[in-house]
Amino acid sequence: MAESFLPGADSVGKAGGALPAHRRFRADLWTLGPLVLAGIIALPVLAVLAQLFLPTGEVWRHLAETVLTRYIVNSLLLGAGVGVGTAILGVTSAWLVTFYRFPGSRLWEWTLLLPLTMPAYVIAYTYTGLLDFAGPVQTWLREAFGWTREDYWLPPVRSLPGAIAMLTLVLYPYVYMLARASFLSQSVCVIEASRTLGLGPWRTFLSVTLPLARPGIIVGVSLALMETLNDFGTVSHFAVDTFTTGIYRTWFGMGEPVAAAQLGATLLIFVAALLLIERRSRGAARYHHTTGRYRTLPTRRLSGAAGLFAAAACLLPVGLGFLLPVAVLGKWAIETWTSTIDARFFQFAGNSFILAAISAGVSVTIALILAYAQRRRPTPLVVLAVRLAGMGYAVPGAVIAVGVLLAFGAFDSFIDGWVRSTFGSSTGLIVTGSSAGLIFAYSVRFLAIPVSAVEAGFARVTASMDGAARTLGERPGGVLRRVHAPLLAGSALTAGLLLFVDVMKELPATLILRPFNFDTLAIRAYQMASDERLRDAAAPGLLIVLVGIAPVILLSRAIARSRPGQMRE
Amino acid sequence: MRFLCSRFAAALLVPFWATIADAAEVNIYSARQEALIKPQLDAFTDETAIRVNLVTGDAKELVQRMKAEGLNSPADLLFTADAGNLYAATTAGLCQQLRSEALERAIPAPYRDPQGSWFGLGLRARPIFYLPGKVDPAELKTYEDLADPKWKGRILVRSSNHVYNQSLLASIIAHKGSAAAEEWAKGVAANLARKPQGGDRDQIKAAAAGEGDIVIANSYYYAQMLTSDNEEEREAAKKLKVIWPNQADRGVHVNVSGACVTAHAPNKEAAVKLLEYLVSDKAQQIYAEMGQEFPVNPDIPASQTLQGLGSFKADELNLVELGEHNAEAVRIFDRVGWP
Repeated sequence: MAESFLPGADSVGKAGGALPAHRRFRADLWTLGPLVLAGIIALPVLAVLAQLFLPTGEVWRHLAETVLTRYIVNSLLLGAGVGVGTAILGVTSAWLVTFYRFPGSRLWEWTLLLPLTMPAYVIAYTYTGLLDFAGPVQTWLREAFGWTREDYWLPPVRSLPGAIAMLTLVLYPYVYMLARASFLSQSVCVIEASRTLGLGPWRTFLSVTLPLARPGIIVGVSLALMETLNDFGTVSHFAVDTFTTGIYRTWFGMGEPVAAAQLGATLLIFVAALLLIERRSRGAARYHHTTGRYRTLPTRRLSGAAGLFAAAACLLPVGLGFLLPVAVLGKWAIETWTSTIDARFFQFAGNSFILAAISAGVSVTIALILAYAQRRRPTPLVVLAVRLAGMGYAVPGAVIAVGVLLAFGAFDSFIDGWVRSTFGSSTGLIVTGSSAGLIFAYSVRFLAIPVSAVEAGFARVTASMDGAARTLGERPGGVLRRVHAPLLAGSALTAGLLLFVDVMKELPATLILRPFNFDTLAIRAYQMASDERLRDAAAPGLLIVLVGIAPVILLSRAIARSRPGQMRE
Repeated sequence: MRFLCSRFAAALLVPFWATIADAAEVNIYSARQEALIKPQLDAFTDETAIRVNLVTGDAKELVQRMKAEGLNSPADLLFTADAGNLYAATTAGLCQQLRSEALERAIPAPYRDPQGSWFGLGLRARPIFYLPGKVDPAELKTYEDLADPKWKGRILVRSSNHVYNQSLLASIIAHKGSAAAEEWAKGVAANLARKPQGGDRDQIKAAAAGEGDIVIANSYYYAQMLTSDNEEEREAAKKLKVIWPNQADRGVHVNVSGACVTAHAPNKEAAVKLLEYLVSDKAQQIYAEMGQEFPVNPDIPASQTLQGLGSFKADELNLVELGEHNAEAVRIFDRVGWP
């Protein structure tokens, strides 16, 4: 899939694929349309950012004197830990399954993606229940060896390292996915050239394969990092104070929305700075392949100890990130199913499913429009608008939800007031009182995913293809329909699947924005867990995971097929 | 599938419906767990044929939502699990003042707003629990005793992020002033057995497993564990005993779960009717039996389980004061490093 997954994080081939730049501003549909659309999407985040300019009094001093250092240190450590962890797990496993054959390697290819279906808060609940002092593992140890509390020490689950482990286990698939896509897109010629120049396989990996895949890996790690900064469920369950929990505490606990929004803005600036530094550090280096000719990638067979070792390296993340938590959830779900699985349970499932499907469709459509407009009119203004629209990915869900309320509460009241004065009846809250508001919030939160996937798809559609089609007599609409659409279908589908899984898992925005009598699986799991009934949270948690499996398998297929000319063995 | 689609369409169209639909419904934003209020609400619908619509969520997030929705907020009632959040909603102008003889008769004065902005519906205490044999209850008679250095490394309590602890500290601020409250919080923070984590039930389980021997927890969590379907929970709770602190002076810290009628309630009449129903004998019995709360209406007896814990003197501080001192409590927690 996408080499360029985040807006602007990478530019492989983009310049080559774009039409000649129209630098002058043109007030036509393809300029104004995306500006308006992107403006609406960016509105909630801008509404929060606007709070930056309001005075806050002495709250900041209190924060700075007491908790701010802890927020910063914890967030940095968490980010660093998850960054390193996901990079190691993701790159190693992607490298193994792409270039080697070993026991189960075809199985690992797609099972390595499975932890993607596991919401971070669910895996946190699971390991807490399993490994806590009062949980079965420690109780067994105490009973088996007659230990008491003073006789042994185990690292506590609910801690910063615990949070790093949980998030790494569910987020490494982003790195795996993009690293694998990058490895698959590499030309064999480069690898062979390196081997003929006398580098061994190890050196080839370190000095050719890995640097070529760097943009993809960086994008994967930054996705994982943004999800980390965004995480609320895990860190709050583990009582690790980060920027995100700080935003919650300041906003909701101290009743200081302005100071909280300012914390949020600080976080955004931090993320932007990170991405910028990475781009700079790449400097003028560009990663191009000299040839568009691809052959099936050569794979080496690993046997004996090496093979088993490779298999173990893949089993570790899949086992800890998926198999074990699913087994525990399954056990709990079986223990509690008589009380948890009733008619309402299927209603929650239906709500989750339909919400996720509609949101995926809406977001991908918006992304297609924006990306196409950007291709037609790559003016700085349009490009900026598209970037702004993707900003929500780095903003905590609850902040987006409040942004939606701020921005569209005013809009709703305006419409309502107008209708009231004109027709004498009330419309109520059109957006924020219905699932439309929820779908909109998901678009704000996740639009970066389909935008970058579709952009990358467009990058593969070269200008000469457009030219050829037009020369052969197609009109622009025909080019879109008969050339672009078939070429883009893959990226759009992939993006839609990822979105589907993400929306199924989404919690904080759903919690704040959902309409009356409308609960989802994620909400149900959270309610049970926050009432300290972890076992009752298992059935909805497990179903979220199971529903996500099919899209993830499709995703894995899409990645495997992404290599031009790749033959399945 | 068609069923699901139509349900979904209904959700999309809720605001339009709300304006056309008849008045026989009432909308609740609830920070109380659905499981804890559903039985009462269902009983209300059965008796009155008034439909109850429910959104649950975090109190402070629901308050933000109501603020943003303004005049058009569909919410008629805001339910919370504590007085602090009701106070915050009242000061934000989100609740309306109400006179109702039925409510004033059933609810003792400390458990409702003097101006009639909000009403307590169920009562809970936040006593101390201990492991017999490890702790001599004669040495632990007040909250103040918890700050004694002899309990170093033995106290289990949840994070200060939670309003239950914020309200407890707010009550100490109200009685003894900020400086004494800060001194107390510092002492307790120094005595913690571990970094605060999990909820009240987790503290009880951890004590039963030997991680500490003194727990601060809400009464209904303990009672719910004693009557749980889960054997592990029952066993854990049975290992602990309760201490009702400060019986010689102000009494044990209590709080309410309660509700307010919103400032712009579109179905005010139905909302008041529901509130009055919730303090009726029948609904109060449900509070007692299902949720293990003390009925706010003193005529209704508590559950057998709660009665088994003995009677106690409750702090009669008006709960409005908990709200007034909440922000100060959060700051004290920040300063003394009680995570």
